[in-house]
Amino acid sequence: MRINLNGEAVEVETTRLSDILEECGYHGERIATAVNGEIVHRQSRAETRLDEGDRLEVLAPVVGG
Amino acid sequence: MPDSSAVNFYGVALDSALLLGTARYPSPAVLADAIRASRTEVVTVSLRRESAGGGSGQKFWDLIQDLGVRVLPNTASCYSVKDAVTTAHMAREVFETDWIKLEVIGHSDTLQPDIFGLVEAARILTKDGFKVFPYCTEDLVLADKLLQVGCEVLMPWGAPIGSGRGLNNVYGLKSLRAHFPDVPLVVDAGIGLPSHAAQAMELGYNAILLNTAVARAGDPVAMAGAFRDAIIAGRAAFLADPIEMSDLATPSTPVIGKAFLT
Repeated sequence: MRINLNGEAVEVETTRLSDILEECGYHGERIATAVNGEIVHRQSRAETRLDEGDRLEVLAPVVGG
Repeated sequence: MPDSSAVNFYGVALDSALLLGTARYPSPAVLADAIRASRTEVVTVSLRRESAGGGSGQKFWDLIQDLGVRVLPNTASCYSVKDAVTTAHMAREVFETDWIKLEVIGHSDTLQPDIFGLVEAARILTKDGFKVFPYCTEDLVLADKLLQVGCEVLMPWGAPIGSGRGLNNVYGLKSLRAHFPDVPLVVDAGIGLPSHAAQAMELGYNAILLNTAVARAGDPVAMAGAFRDAIIAGRAAFLADPIEMSDLATPSTPVIGKAFLT
């Protein structure tokens, strides 16, 4: 199915968030996730399923003021 | 010397009254050296989109961890309550702290806070267990409302973020200090020179949060040291009870005993 990952359309084969992250190349990094604007905590990623067209945000630490 | 700069945020006592931003440095190495030179114990950080497999977030996190400083995540660039609240929750998970520098921006040119959204977001986040550091203006009514919803620190701007203009409204900042003598107050944003930081500390402010003035200086590490010293000096001056200004001159050398030579 096609989802939107950090503003870009991507094709994924899996539906569980934890699997999608692995499929997209996020391997255990220090990240936070949100689906359609709602935070999905680390412990909920395995039970969270995405649908066609869902917006996934994957955020990580950066410099800030 | 460090005792004169001691500040306490939400029960955490710090020896340094300088909070330093981590953005806009020429390189990670210069950032690390500037943090060391500043002797800050708190640095601000943020969250942004991470490319798959990039690992840049983890590298930055490791750098900060190695420096042994506490982090204060921000909600920079959030223009709505929802955006700021969600970002704060994501930051708490990533940075493992309930401290949050709450920014709800209301105007893109000046980066002036949306004070109405700020109070609402602060109310929600305090209920959610956050220790909120609100980036606000020097408005007394706003300050009162932020305290009412649970903030125990206030961070009024000196001038617009990154402008380096110093303290735009000294009267307003003095008034805020006078009205809330027991609340930790941090001048956040607009500081351009160590003298600006010293001035705020001389007014009785408890700490200074700055970024660009150090990061974009010709020598960020040297400037970090200059701010460190200025903030210590400003705090010491406040504690030493400065004299009042006068419109008239007062001779400092004794007049009595002056010879008559003409």
